Amino acid sequence: MNKVIRAVLHPRVSRSKILAAILCAGLGFALVVQVRVHARGENLESARPSDLVLILDNVTEESHRLTDELRELEATRQRLTFGSDRSRAALEETTKLARTLGILAGTVPAQGPGVELSITDPGARLTANDLLNTLQELRDAGAEVVQINDVRVVASTHFLDEEPGRIRIDDRPASSPYIFTAIGDPATLASALQIPGGVFSNLRDAGASGDLEQRRLVRIDAVVPGPAAPRLPGSPQ
Amino acid sequence: MIVLLGLLLGVIAGLFVQPTIPLWMQPYLPIAVVAALDAVFGGLRAWFEGIFNDRVFVVSFISNALIAALIVFLGDQLGVGGALSTGVVVVFGIRIFANVAAIRRHLFKA
Repeated sequence: MNKVIRAVLHPRVSRSKILAAILCAGLGFALVVQVRVHARGENLESARPSDLVLILDNVTEESHRLTDELRELEATRQRLTFGSDRSRAALEETTKLARTLGILAGTVPAQGPGVELSITDPGARLTANDLLNTLQELRDAGAEVVQINDVRVVASTHFLDEEPGRIRIDDRPASSPYIFTAIGDPATLASALQIPGGVFSNLRDAGASGDLEQRRLVRIDAVVPGPAAPRLPGSPQ
Repeated sequence: MIVLLGLLLGVIAGLFVQPTIPLWMQPYLPIAVVAALDAVFGGLRAWFEGIFNDRVFVVSFISNALIAALIVFLGDQLGVGGALSTGVVVVFGIRIFANVAAIRRHLFKA
């Protein structure tokens, strides 16, 4: 302690001491600057190039998506506000929305590219779980509309084991062969079902077999009983 | 004493000037600062032990900062910059702890 006090009271100056002092001043300066830069949150500046590329990619992708959405919305607004046939445009927009919602809710038929999967279960060993797994796999792979036998699959669809070989789907009895019709990208759906350890291998393990067909056009006619689709003038129905 | 005064002056200058760090310097400055801190604590310890030498201090200060920056630069070129900066910080952290422990013994005899 005495040494510290003595040094403070009697500083000895020499050239290299001054040099050391200058270096220390530089250190203090850099220290404070670094702390301030960091506190300002300018971490992008110190990020490494690979991270920056990743961030840039994400931002660019997001911006593309938003630009597309903006263009679409602007076009819609243009049609709604300035179109000579303003009410017709509004009607078209609403009809389109009603149709989309109807397809989602399962109250209107739908058609499009998709797959048809027929599952035969000679040993009657499939359970409601197996069917649910198959459905989930289809949904994960992007199936938009699904029908099993004559039942339209919607958000509230349920599977119930009744007795071996008989499964109730939405309270309607179903038995082998179970025919899944799904609208979605056929290649994606097919590869999702056929991945190792996926639906097809599970079916084989259970003694059942699946037969998959990719179609350019599948029709889904089953609808859920629900509120009648509103009759809109000019609607295709 | 003059050395401490210099440190204080630098801190004050940094608080008031607020410069922007050039981009090429950004990854190296924090590492260089840690390295220089190690040199400062080493110098302080030497001073307490009565073997402080200005020239040694200046040389160790500059070489510490330069080598630390060089290692990080090399790591960046090799693609392991992040790992190497962590390594450098760990090494200097350990050294700083050791130096501060020695200083503490001299100051408080404990």
